[in-house]
Amino acid sequence: MKASAFAYARATSIDNALELLAASGDRAKVLSGGQSLMPAMNLRLISPELIVDISGLVELRGIVVHGTMIRIGALTRHVDILKSHEIAAHAPLLRDAVAHVAHPAIRNRGTIGGNLAHADPASELPACLLVLGGTILVRGLSGERRIAAAEFFRGIFQTALAPTELVIGVEIPVMRKTSAHFFDEFTRRHGDYAIVGLAAQAEVEKGVFTDFRLGFFAVGDRPILARAAGILLSRAVTPSLISEASDALGVEIEPQEDQQASAAMRRHLAKVLLARAVAALLGRPELRHAGGAV
Amino acid sequence: MTTAMAISLQVNGERIDAQVPPRLNLADFLREHLHLTGTHVGCEHGVCGACTVRVNGEIVRACLMLAVQADAASVETIEGLSDSGEISDLQTAFSDRNALQCGYCTPGMLMTAQDLLKQEAEPTRERIREHLSGNYCRCTGYQAIIDAVEATARLRGKRTA
Repeated sequence: MKASAFAYARATSIDNALELLAASGDRAKVLSGGQSLMPAMNLRLISPELIVDISGLVELRGIVVHGTMIRIGALTRHVDILKSHEIAAHAPLLRDAVAHVAHPAIRNRGTIGGNLAHADPASELPACLLVLGGTILVRGLSGERRIAAAEFFRGIFQTALAPTELVIGVEIPVMRKTSAHFFDEFTRRHGDYAIVGLAAQAEVEKGVFTDFRLGFFAVGDRPILARAAGILLSRAVTPSLISEASDALGVEIEPQEDQQASAAMRRHLAKVLLARAVAALLGRPELRHAGGAV
Repeated sequence: MTTAMAISLQVNGERIDAQVPPRLNLADFLREHLHLTGTHVGCEHGVCGACTVRVNGEIVRACLMLAVQADAASVETIEGLSDSGEISDLQTAFSDRNALQCGYCTPGMLMTAQDLLKQEAEPTRERIREHLSGNYCRCTGYQAIIDAVEATARLRGKRTA
């Protein structure tokens, strides 16, 4: 289908975009890369009256490392993240995740700010931001707000962002040299939205997790940091301990059923990813099938 | 403001000035306004890849970009790549290996395959699959397409060696 008619305004500055949004409220939509917005409009799931195109705001592009923080501008595209040496060196989890985001032609336009503001529960980057302890930088006419990723995602396509605010960027702590990371997801076709996915980061000392963050996505209405990770902390990891964590994970998540998978299938796949992550991060391939994960 | 807006862009090296309504996507602009019907429209929501074109040298979904956003851009379509001879070897390989049947996906496949071959001289079959994963083909079962891209990469490697 085709998008219904709308008015179009090309924002000339961040303030100009904010003024346009303030004047139209929730009748306007922000166009960044358009790779989620345009499908929704073409399918007539949404019919905004005004499109505020911010894609020309060059000040919102780019990746900069400041001391122990990486700042990524909202208009930084997926392909920029995939090819960035700074991201590869300081946030390799993001690079691994972005390789799973859609397809090359879409990664050439889709942006990190648009991705986060869209808040698709099956999307990779929101879960990564949770795991990495990222902060989303938001600006409105009254000033700037910093929102922790854990506070930002509120439900299916819902965030802490007001209709009159813009995501202007994100900040992520530089990964510690001793950290290890893991990313994997189940999809029907490479690049499709995940049936279930997992982004993880850990500190491992002498074969034991001293820190372990498990960010599951497509297992509920928003990405979650699984509390089950705590079970695997500071103890020798055995197949029975993984079973215990796996059971806890199954209780903790509330996956939804859709045409891709039943809730039971999603629970099972989440457990499979848990075992794979533990095996990979500890370098113990024999644990890959622990906890009934096959 | 839903009235037509003026855009000026390059399409296959030719300067185009046009008036377009904001809701018009780039694929429909190319097909209906410029009659460049090699860019195909399949799903209209970014899943099938039939509308793949190049904008400023990078492949994009023409159904997920507004024509007004192409203002000041350089757009290349399958007609441009075909006429310039840039992909003649790839087209020959597709034909030789029956990498197309109905041909609906072929322009998008060629655009995407050429994008990979420009970035990587010797992609593995796995890499070819990954790069083409956003392009649906409902006829061939993909094997012949992967064969054609792989064969083209080898031939180009020999030529430059």
